[in-house]
Amino acid sequence: MLKSKTFVKKTRSGGVMKVVREHYLRDDIWCGSEVCTECKQDSAVLQRDACIESSLCPYPHYLVPDTNIVLRQIDVLEDPVIRNVIILQTVLQEVRHRSAPVYKRLKDIIHEQGRHFYTFTNEHHRETFIEREPGESANDRNDRAIRVAVKWYSQHLKTAESGSDGLKVVLLTNDQGNKLKAEENGLVVYKFDEYIKSLIGNPELVDCLALSNDDKNEVTSSKVLFPEHLPLSKVQAGIKSGSFLQGTFRASRDNYLEATVFVQGEGEDSTEVLIQGLQNLNRAVHQDVVAVQLLPKNQWVAPSSVVLQDDGAAKDDNVDEDEEEKVLTGPLTETARRATGKVVGIIKRNWRPFCGMLNVSQIKESTRHLFTPADRHIPRIRIETRQASTLAGQRIMVAIDGWPKDSRYPNGHFVRSLGGAGEKDTEEEVLLLEHDVPHQAFSQAVLSFLPKMPWSITPEDMAQRQDLRHLTVCSVDPPGCTDIDDALHYRELENGKLEVGVHIADVSHFIRPGNALDKEAANRGTTVYLCGKRIDMVPELLSSNLCSLRSNVERFAFSCIWELNHKAEILKTRFTKSVINSKASLTYAEAQMRIDDASKNDDITKSLRGLNKLAKILKRKRIENGALTLSSLEVRFHMDSETHDPIDLQTKELVETNSMVEEFMLLANISVAQKIYDEFPESALLRKHPAPPPSNYDILIKAAKSKNVMIHTDSAKALADSLDVAKVDGFQYFNTLLRILATRCMMQAVYFCSGMDSDFHHYGLASPIYTHFTSPIRRYADIIVHRLLAVAIGADSTYPDLMDKHKQSTLCNNLNYRHKMSQYAQRASVAFHTQLFFKTRGILNEEGFVLFVRKNAIIVLIPKFGLEGTVFFDSKDKASPNLVFDEEGPTLKVEQHTFHIFDQVKVTISLDDSNIQHQKIRMALTEPVIPGVSVPVPEAEPQAKKQKLDR
Amino acid sequence: MAGLELLSDQGYRLDGRKSTELRKVQARMGVFAQADGSAYLEQGNTKALAVVYGPHEMRGSRSRALHDRAVINCQYSMATFSTAERKRRPHGDRKSTEMSLHLKQTFEAAVMTQLFPRSQIDIYVKILQSDGGNYSVCVNAATLAVIDAGIPMRDYVCACTVGFVDETPLADLCYAEESGGVSSLALALLPRGGQIALVQMDARLHQDHLGTLIEAAMTACKCVSKVLDEVVRQHLQETSVLSRE
Repeated sequence: MLKSKTFVKKTRSGGVMKVVREHYLRDDIWCGSEVCTECKQDSAVLQRDACIESSLCPYPHYLVPDTNIVLRQIDVLEDPVIRNVIILQTVLQEVRHRSAPVYKRLKDIIHEQGRHFYTFTNEHHRETFIEREPGESANDRNDRAIRVAVKWYSQHLKTAESGSDGLKVVLLTNDQGNKLKAEENGLVVYKFDEYIKSLIGNPELVDCLALSNDDKNEVTSSKVLFPEHLPLSKVQAGIKSGSFLQGTFRASRDNYLEATVFVQGEGEDSTEVLIQGLQNLNRAVHQDVVAVQLLPKNQWVAPSSVVLQDDGAAKDDNVDEDEEEKVLTGPLTETARRATGKVVGIIKRNWRPFCGMLNVSQIKESTRHLFTPADRHIPRIRIETRQASTLAGQRIMVAIDGWPKDSRYPNGHFVRSLGGAGEKDTEEEVLLLEHDVPHQAFSQAVLSFLPKMPWSITPEDMAQRQDLRHLTVCSVDPPGCTDIDDALHYRELENGKLEVGVHIADVSHFIRPGNALDKEAANRGTTVYLCGKRIDMVPELLSSNLCSLRSNVERFAFSCIWELNHKAEILKTRFTKSVINSKASLTYAEAQMRIDDASKNDDITKSLRGLNKLAKILKRKRIENGALTLSSLEVRFHMDSETHDPIDLQTKELVETNSMVEEFMLLANISVAQKIYDEFPESALLRKHPAPPPSNYDILIKAAKSKNVMIHTDSAKALADSLDVAKVDGFQYFNTLLRILATRCMMQAVYFCSGMDSDFHHYGLASPIYTHFTSPIRRYADIIVHRLLAVAIGADSTYPDLMDKHKQSTLCNNLNYRHKMSQYAQRASVAFHTQLFFKTRGILNEEGFVLFVRKNAIIVLIPKFGLEGTVFFDSKDKASPNLVFDEEGPTLKVEQHTFHIFDQVKVTISLDDSNIQHQKIRMALTEPVIPGVSVPVPEAEPQAKKQKLDR
Repeated sequence: MAGLELLSDQGYRLDGRKSTELRKVQARMGVFAQADGSAYLEQGNTKALAVVYGPHEMRGSRSRALHDRAVINCQYSMATFSTAERKRRPHGDRKSTEMSLHLKQTFEAAVMTQLFPRSQIDIYVKILQSDGGNYSVCVNAATLAVIDAGIPMRDYVCACTVGFVDETPLADLCYAEESGGVSSLALALLPRGGQIALVQMDARLHQDHLGTLIEAAMTACKCVSKVLDEVVRQHLQETSVLSRE
């Protein structure tokens, strides 16, 4: 049957166009139910005994949610209890148009086989397609289409021969009008919350329900707390005319009544608008895109330096606002005033589910509770739950549903519980969620693209690759490494030259562009290493097995092979896809031992020595060119093999072989960068490290000056040289400290697309061009580089996105973001393990150095643990000592003692767990002794002291 | 928001077809009495009218005549009302000229021109409504018109466009699909011998996929040929019944 669709569409340029499309209606779309004998489907998705125990529907039934249910209640739909659901095409399409993230989640559910979600293509079905009637809005038509489909289903299942066991189809909608009409048509229809509440076995699902707007049973106080947001049309008009500014809202971490809006201007000039006070903040939440209106100049204020936490136990809406407003008086000198404004409208909400903990309401029977997010930028959220007593003390996730203008806090709903606070798994999950690290198990769709096991190399593969199995290839990695992505070989050629090969796991052979596996890897961007845990970018089969260049198995590699002379000058570079067979996988220490052990003279050891010799030359050359050697303390935990608790902590040690491997990786990266840039000047993915602006070095220069050392920062070379000579007698650690400080002055290295940028320089490595090629198992950028290189040498085919510089550039942005987040997550993980470590240690007394001096505190570095902490000199409940801060030192004078950078101090270290959500390491000064400030050295009775410290 | 979903997970296209299904083809032969041969063909919403004159002696410059075969002269045009926005110039623009050339090449491969030396065959095709696959619809309509004119051909020439989405070839693209960023390929086939009269493609496609795409196009063309054959037989039946009376 053929229908023609005619509709009028507005084109982008503003014209009106008539679109005529054909629409074929089919009679071969099956219902997907096991019960049905009419439909000739291959495999039925919906089960015969579709039972979700519900007091409303005691019979077996299929659920049909409407679009708004899917959009708003996806959290509930994701719960494994909900099974046998029919997703209509109408719904799926509407969801696709309205929200990409929800669409993706919905599709993931549909793909999961155990969930029995069936997509019914009702729009192409002969009996369920309906035409829009004159005067009917698109939404009404869709609602009607849903009703018609439900009606069809219920009749269809009734007529099915064996359908007599009372199988019914239940429509779920929250739209009152829709519900009434459905009832008129004789359909079984429930509101979503009614249905969920009726579930017998799973009362906790109720908490996941998102509050819908028409729920009138919210806390309503007659008092309107916030001004109305302007409608989007007005906001846009205002932005166009210049009376409003559009920007990203950034709540202050320390003061809940203050925020800044970052307004991206044209080119370089971007401004920040300060916002103060609840009224002016007007329900904006961190990271929302908002419209702000500037206040008249005489109302401009200065950012307050007060730390203000919204920690009234369970403040209700009727608490006096005045009390909260008055605390904001910063010093109002003319110079300190900043552009101040107020939020007039929200352009885009950027809400995500937040992790945090529940503040249980004091009223026992109350079902309304406040939730405090772990992220201090986020306001507290009011949620409704019946399981407060079980949730107390747990880390939970909550999503915001809305923020009505008469409510002090936004309303939200419970999503799920992560586990008890303070437990290792829970805390790990929290820090992954808070750093937006995708860490769910890989979906079925992704796994389906993995090679079938048992996997073996086929003759076709061999034909396309160079056979390098005869070479003495070996890999050197940190201990316990299972994702080995690089291996090396070295041999002397007959012409007296040297051949060195870097062999990188050929991940791009397994991950083909555009499939689900590739998309997932591109989204994850990087493997995240936490202490004792690894969040893989690609499924484990690839990362630890098929791609990993383990010893004595044949593996695909992408090889970069140089011919060098004895001065380590490159004579020839060659790239090829290959098959290798690694002869040994060593750890750094093992490799070092082999090199040092003069009695060993096997092939592997000889190649290691050769490599080491070349690496030293390469390193010297690099440093002569002005590459920086920076320093940061990295710690390593010794984990208890049973409990995975940290039992010891030490800073990472570097041996020669570390730098040996590193040198060749750098060389490979540079060679590859050059090659892909030559081949694809517009679309090569490169990595740059911009030179920091000179002002970044101020702190370093000042600090060095205080010890009478001059640091030159005119160029990387000058900096490297002056760091090399910087020494103070009797202060061995000085140089390392300086290098740590220098590291802090640096900019972030970033990925970029060569067609979008002109500055390629890598400051830290002093290389004109650089990229990442050597770790494709754990970085997505390397996979792209592999693909580019493969195309460049004719080993693989190209695809459109690879050559599109705009797409590349978007990808780079994601990769940069993921890398940043993974670093933060890594640091947070180290911090958490450090806390675990100190939890069992009680109070320690350690030596440290002052790294920075702040207005009211000093930051102390403890080299033994690589730990950094802040010693505060003022506290809320104690009269603060006399503090004099001198910016030119910088020095801080506390009572009689003056602190300089690099001063040696002694501190006590203990764990402050007074706030379970934000446990932190507390440091207190023991030496130099300042009366009233420093604490006595804890030696005798640590228990008693601990109480005093923790307060 | 994301563009159109050209192929849903359930395997349905925008207009409800599956990937290998053609649009509905309807055709009539002998629509005009004055011309030697004529046909009208609809493939979904793309509608074309083809008219054939000849073979007749050379018109215009006689010097173009070939001593061993007939010259095929093709003209392609689009009615001003054939698209959503009224066209200014029905023919003579670059696109139409190119299309005329392609049609000419196609029919030179199919018509037995060597039977008519020093003569000329004119094929005029007009698109009345355009909804994707203009070239293939023109070829199919012109084939019927040539048959109607009684000019001997080696075989029917059947054409079809195919596109490539999500690793799946889609047969007989409509306009929404063509404009949705699909790399499409047009293929004209002499179905019985499986000889290709013309392949035309101006999008990027990896050569690994070319085989499957051509395979799909050939299958689609064979389906078209069945329909055309049906139309011809029907037409013959009708006319023979008429002439018997």
